[in-house]
Amino acid sequence: MDWFKRAKEGLQPQKKKEMPELWLKCNACGEIIYKKELEKNFFVCTKCNFHFRMKSSEYIANLLDDNQFDEFNSNLTSVDFLKFKASKRYSDQIKTAIKKTGQNDAIRTGFGKIHGHEIVVCIMDFSFIGGSMGSVVGEKIARAVDEAIKRHLPLMIISASGGARMMEGAISLMQLAKTSSRLAKLSEAGLPYISLITDPTTGGVTASYAMLGDINIAEPGALIGFAGPRVIKQTIGQDLPDGFQRSDFQLHHGFLDAVVSRHDMKNKLKEVLDFTMDVQIAAEDLNGELMPETMPELAELPLPDSDNLADEAVNN
Amino acid sequence: MSEFVLDFEKPLFELESRIREMKEYSENENVEIADEITRLQQKAKKLRAEIYSKLTRWQRLQLARHPQRPYTRDYIERMIDGFFEMHGDRAFGDDPAMIAGFGRLGDKKVAIVGHQKGRTTKQKLHRNFGMPHPEGYRKALRAMRLAAKFKRPIICLVDTPGAFPGIGAEERGQAEAIARNLFEMSRLPVPIIIIIIGEGASGGALGIGVGDRVLMMENTWYSVISPEGCAAILWRDSTKAEEAAEAMKLTVDDLLELGVVDSCIKEPTGGAHQKYDAAAQILKETILAELVELEKLPPEDLIEARVEKYAKMGFFNE
Repeated sequence: MDWFKRAKEGLQPQKKKEMPELWLKCNACGEIIYKKELEKNFFVCTKCNFHFRMKSSEYIANLLDDNQFDEFNSNLTSVDFLKFKASKRYSDQIKTAIKKTGQNDAIRTGFGKIHGHEIVVCIMDFSFIGGSMGSVVGEKIARAVDEAIKRHLPLMIISASGGARMMEGAISLMQLAKTSSRLAKLSEAGLPYISLITDPTTGGVTASYAMLGDINIAEPGALIGFAGPRVIKQTIGQDLPDGFQRSDFQLHHGFLDAVVSRHDMKNKLKEVLDFTMDVQIAAEDLNGELMPETMPELAELPLPDSDNLADEAVNN
Repeated sequence: MSEFVLDFEKPLFELESRIREMKEYSENENVEIADEITRLQQKAKKLRAEIYSKLTRWQRLQLARHPQRPYTRDYIERMIDGFFEMHGDRAFGDDPAMIAGFGRLGDKKVAIVGHQKGRTTKQKLHRNFGMPHPEGYRKALRAMRLAAKFKRPIICLVDTPGAFPGIGAEERGQAEAIARNLFEMSRLPVPIIIIIIGEGASGGALGIGVGDRVLMMENTWYSVISPEGCAAILWRDSTKAEEAAEAMKLTVDDLLELGVVDSCIKEPTGGAHQKYDAAAQILKETILAELVELEKLPPEDLIEARVEKYAKMGFFNE
């Protein structure tokens, strides 16, 4: 069996080169898709319509006019105030997550426009410690609400989260109360809040702001629930039905207004903003290939100057 | 009172049974050992004070879960006159894991809601171990709205290992029910006093836990998840619950320091399960004193202060 032995010594296996991921495999149907193709298709599988998880930057590109996001409070970072250590130290987890994601925490907040409507947008990143909600997420949402009230703007939160961040103990639980009470204030100010729920959204985030939208919209196939499926399975000791806690399940049970594909999302959001806000949209702000056919009519409308816009807003 | 003895109570329990034996012996045999008995009683008193003055977090949690610990109904029976219990959420059903109703607390008319655990196996099942379904939270909200309509303060007694994680609970919107309560409770124009009387686990506790004052009884715990749940997720080993309890900092002393709760309600030495009446009396007096303060505030100020109270909770770098 000599021929199986390596004849020459000193041969080194070739080092694996870091290759950029050019191709991605669909989690649902297994289709291999060229990444560029996927990007163009809003990270939706071209074969089976499966919605891949997206980063905050990708939501910005897909939903906000001209990819413009005027971010605020991005400098807020988490503190390990309990000196929490399980299998890892919380302080190390924070550092690693910042390095890995390039974000300072699990949410980004800022101003943008959706088909001309100015809006305050909060976008969660599931890749940052499972999108968990600690003090930073709570504070940034609270401040985003304050900005919306101050400038009389609508608010949208795009959720993606495993729930409250256990490493912050009871303080993370209090973020549920902090965010919900702020949203109640926004509601009283007569401003709309759209909750856009993406895969996955569970635990404390579902049990606070994700379920509190004037309008709740989810992406197709997203896992949305209070308890995670594993916990439920353990508790009741039986398998869970197909589609349990997915978007269609939540729609069927009455907790969502709509399940909307990424291809239609921006237009759907515009419909909500058109109904809830008294602001007229300047024609030049209406752009992009996503506009429905009816839109050009709007161009006939007189263009409001900014003063009028502010007046209308105050009267809203 | 209780026959259930926790590990750390054993030395005390043994000493006390020895005292009992000696008393019996002295009576039956007519032997004069009063001095010795007094000496042992002194020792027991000292030992009791010592044990309960330096409980670990895990030991407090065990007291919070003590099978003889007074539950919501035990307090209602002792504190509230003319209690009218409300039932049902007017949408799906009635949830026995949540009690809601109204009555008189001293000279105040109050609404009262609380998680309810069961004592016997049958009761435990009936009360679903104090783990409400969505209809429980919606029933509680109904009682709280009623209180707001008639300008009566609200008392919430928190004692739950968590909101129930089951198929029906998810179908009927456990998350939405809890979220709705947080949202609504933050703007009710009447005083709301929250008291953690046993276990305060996660959203299931907070679902009736947003208020102007949050008080914790001495031997209770309150956190984002049970130590067992935390250990299962972060240690991947639910037997590490004791470690998780220490790490999560879930006792009243911890939460006073973090600013999550406003004050601690003392319990009779040895825990509320030793003396129900005394525990209920302390609770009643504490609530009445807090109400006097809160009722001075006009509703707008009350709501503003409530939102501000939660706004301050959080630690971060900027």
